[in-house]
Amino acid sequence: MKKNMLRTENLVFEYIRRDEEGNVESINKALDDVSLEVSRGEFVAILGHNGSGKSTAAKHMNALLSPTEGNVFVNEMNTKDEALLWEIRKSAGMVFQNPDNQIIASVVEEDVAFGPENIGIPTKDIWKRVEDSLEAVGMTAYRTHSPNRLSGGQKQRVAIAGIMAMRPDCIVLDEPTAMLDPAGRKEVLRTLHELNKNEGVTILLITHYMDEVIDADRVIVMDSGKAVMQGTPREVFSQVKRLKEYRLEVPQVTELAYELKQAGVPLPDGILTVDEFTQAYLQAKNKCYYDV
Amino acid sequence: MIRDITIGQYYPVDSPIHRLDPRVKLSATMLYLVSLFVFSGYLGYVLAIAFVAVCVKLSRVPFRYIVRGLKPVLMLLIITLLFNIFLTKQGTELASFWIFHIYDEGLITAALMGLRLVLLVIGSSLMTFTTTPNQLTDGLEKGLRGLKVIHVPVHEIAMMMSIALRFIPILVEETDKIMKAQQARGADFESGKLLQRVKALIPLLVPLIVSAFRRASDLAMAMEARCYHGGEGRTKMKPLHYKKLDYVGYLVLAGYLGLVIGSSFVPFLK
Ligand SMILES: Nc1ncnc2c1ncn2[C@@H]1O[C@H](COP(=O)(O)OP(=O)(O)OP(=O)(O)O)[C@@H](O)[C@H]1O
Ligand SMILES: [Mg+2]
Repeated sequence: MKKNMLRTENLVFEYIRRDEEGNVESINKALDDVSLEVSRGEFVAILGHNGSGKSTAAKHMNALLSPTEGNVFVNEMNTKDEALLWEIRKSAGMVFQNPDNQIIASVVEEDVAFGPENIGIPTKDIWKRVEDSLEAVGMTAYRTHSPNRLSGGQKQRVAIAGIMAMRPDCIVLDEPTAMLDPAGRKEVLRTLHELNKNEGVTILLITHYMDEVIDADRVIVMDSGKAVMQGTPREVFSQVKRLKEYRLEVPQVTELAYELKQAGVPLPDGILTVDEFTQAYLQAKNKCYYDV
Repeated sequence: MIRDITIGQYYPVDSPIHRLDPRVKLSATMLYLVSLFVFSGYLGYVLAIAFVAVCVKLSRVPFRYIVRGLKPVLMLLIITLLFNIFLTKQGTELASFWIFHIYDEGLITAALMGLRLVLLVIGSSLMTFTTTPNQLTDGLEKGLRGLKVIHVPVHEIAMMMSIALRFIPILVEETDKIMKAQQARGADFESGKLLQRVKALIPLLVPLIVSAFRRASDLAMAMEARCYHGGEGRTKMKPLHYKKLDYVGYLVLAGYLGLVIGSSFVPFLK
């Protein structure tokens, strides 16, 4: 039986602002009837313009927010059930945008140990977990360093190791690469794919960068609180016009292929990489040659 | 660059003093400081000097580092000396000019007072030279565990201290950044009267405080997401356990205290 790792059922969430007397001043519907499923072992990316509700959705997966309406299930545990709170947070770890603001200790290995310490793992096992997780993200060489001296990408990998040390089934990452340089972004992305492949961890990656999602198994597009598109990267990126309506850019090659197609060059939809493009383009060129 | 600053002045070498449990060092420092103010008699001074000298030797921290630690209190030291020299009016007068009179007793008290101060600073800085801030907070947390009975939030205080230690360098760097950003827009932090300078700090402090609050709320969320729920049921990666060396440390400390107390009862040495 294929069990769902994450599942939301008609999820609605409202940020309610109240004035001093407690009267409702304004209601901001950040999530509007979102139903999603992420299966075990999947690598899913969420795309969306600023304010589309991505972070709000992510915080539901870790029970940091509780639905106004609808339900969220993590490993088939309802996040509304307070008794399951720690179990839920153990199975769905969360990595945030700013690496500085999520590292707690002044030594890398002690920070990785923070999660296991909180859930009461015996000392000997903590050491094992710290070693394994640092190994998994390739940061073993830095275990005794101060986080302050690491690069952004390295810090984010430490943060990921800190989550891995809790042995989660799933990691939710809210724009983990937004504050990193291109090298750092690549580093983090590679780590995530390795974890997904080697350790079988389910990944839910929220990002602004289109090129980060082309290797995902599935892409979800959000716009004003709704999940508006779903499918493989190729399916999603074939619909360049629709994506533009949601104020999203497509990867540069995809855009180029799209524009060429509009201009009459016979190219297929949903080209994602430069290699694909060159091949398709050469084919198209040959075809034109014979047609003439 | 700024991120490199370390809080305190840990001197990383391996020595018996470095290896001591922070609780031993904390209690030794506390008791040593107290002993400096309760003993009387020259034998007491000899003992106090000998004790700290042996510890310094064992710690393998170079002597010039220890001396450098005295710099911040130099002013205080000089003032203490001057007060004692000029305000003590006992014993035989050695010299006098205008309204100042110097007595031999004054010189002696000044010298002894100064010595106590120097020992006090050396004693406490030796602890910070040989103990990382993290070890210190761990030591405080475990050593003061008993205070939980009277509802002192020991774990929370220790957690706050270690988070502060982690974020001080980050906030220092941020201050620097904001300062440069404001200077680039023509802010002037260096000239003007006191009031003007204080006013000039406002555009520095406001963004700094806002950002500190944002960091705090991010951090709180990250901690919660990692299952933090107070000290209850928490285990440690590096728990503190007394080893043989630590018992030896306690014994030596007890021996020193015994000698100091004993020396106060030896009348002919006073
Ligand atoms: N703490 C809050 N209080 C009130 N409204 C909020 C709060 N956080 C977010 N919102 C609102 O909820 C909506 C969704 O915000 P959310 O942060 O989930 O968007 P996002 O997709 O993560 O955007 P971004 O790409 O900028 O991170 C926005 O309209 C935002 O203004
Ligand atoms: Mg967001």
